[in-house]
Amino acid sequence: MTDNEKLVAAFTEALNIDAAKVQDSLSYQGIPEWDSISHMVLISILEQYFEISIDTQDVIDMSSVGKAKEILAKYGFIF
Amino acid sequence: MDSSSKLLAGKTALITGGTRGIGYAVAKLFAENGANLVLVATNAGLLAERKKELEAEYGIKVWVYSCDVANFEEVKNVYAQLLKESVSLNILVNNAGVMQDAVIGMVTQPLIEKVFSVNVYGTMYNSQLAIKSMLRSRGGSIINLSSIVGTNGNSGQSIYSASKAAVIGFTKSLSKELAALNIRVNAIAPGFIDTDMIKAVPPAFYTKNLENIRMKRLGTAEDVAKAALFLASDLSVYITGQVLGVDGGMLM
Repeated sequence: MTDNEKLVAAFTEALNIDAAKVQDSLSYQGIPEWDSISHMVLISILEQYFEISIDTQDVIDMSSVGKAKEILAKYGFIF
Repeated sequence: MDSSSKLLAGKTALITGGTRGIGYAVAKLFAENGANLVLVATNAGLLAERKKELEAEYGIKVWVYSCDVANFEEVKNVYAQLLKESVSLNILVNNAGVMQDAVIGMVTQPLIEKVFSVNVYGTMYNSQLAIKSMLRSRGGSIINLSSIVGTNGNSGQSIYSASKAAVIGFTKSLSKELAALNIRVNAIAPGFIDTDMIKAVPPAFYTKNLENIRMKRLGTAEDVAKAALFLASDLSVYITGQVLGVDGGMLM
């Protein structure tokens, strides 16, 4: 699984949305499925897929799929 | 007892301050009921001893981490290690605590820092990180150790009481945030319990408190552990945001 495939899988699993919806522009609270509660689920699943602990500031900053890629790139992943 | 019928079979519980007193009683009772354990405490030697004892006696898996719960970096490292080892938590018992008494005119700033950093910040740090692990397990139970003085107050314990009251506020708010995620959050408010912590209190204070207990005996660490087992297990599956007194009918 590539890093991008992991990211898409994490978003679809956490938010219960189709993979086609996981675009860089998809934003936190931009759809009903991505609310503050599912954001916590998303973080926990991203940590599991990428086997990392995501810092709290990064949890707060993860405002879109594009931003999630930027943040995960800091941890050494490639998109 | 058949292993599958044990109350915590297949569950993993992290217990802070799990090597002594109430924490160790909780560890033993959870182990007896089939849970694997993650023990967090500051004494590395005692941790190693407890791991050996509990694994041998109950046939469970025990992970131990030497960690100061008041130090966020150290706490983060524990959870990072657990993630690396693919250990997901179902239960967190925020038990680690310190009690330092002084009348208000003699309270020092370091005393306030110490009591709040362990009793309150430690509870918050562990909860925040454990929740992510519990979400991967699709739910969980957090049990915070408060105190009867957190609900009733006590002369000479304004700082300790305030820290334990803070734990109750945290418990109630967190229970509301996390109910939809199938994570329950409850607190236990022990009364006068026979632990090393209590042995340090002055004799007059000790006698006065004993007189105020309707059951006319000190509580035991095991009395508190039984309440923790109830809150950790599915016996309390529809209970969240509660403060369970374990005090023998103590008057404050």
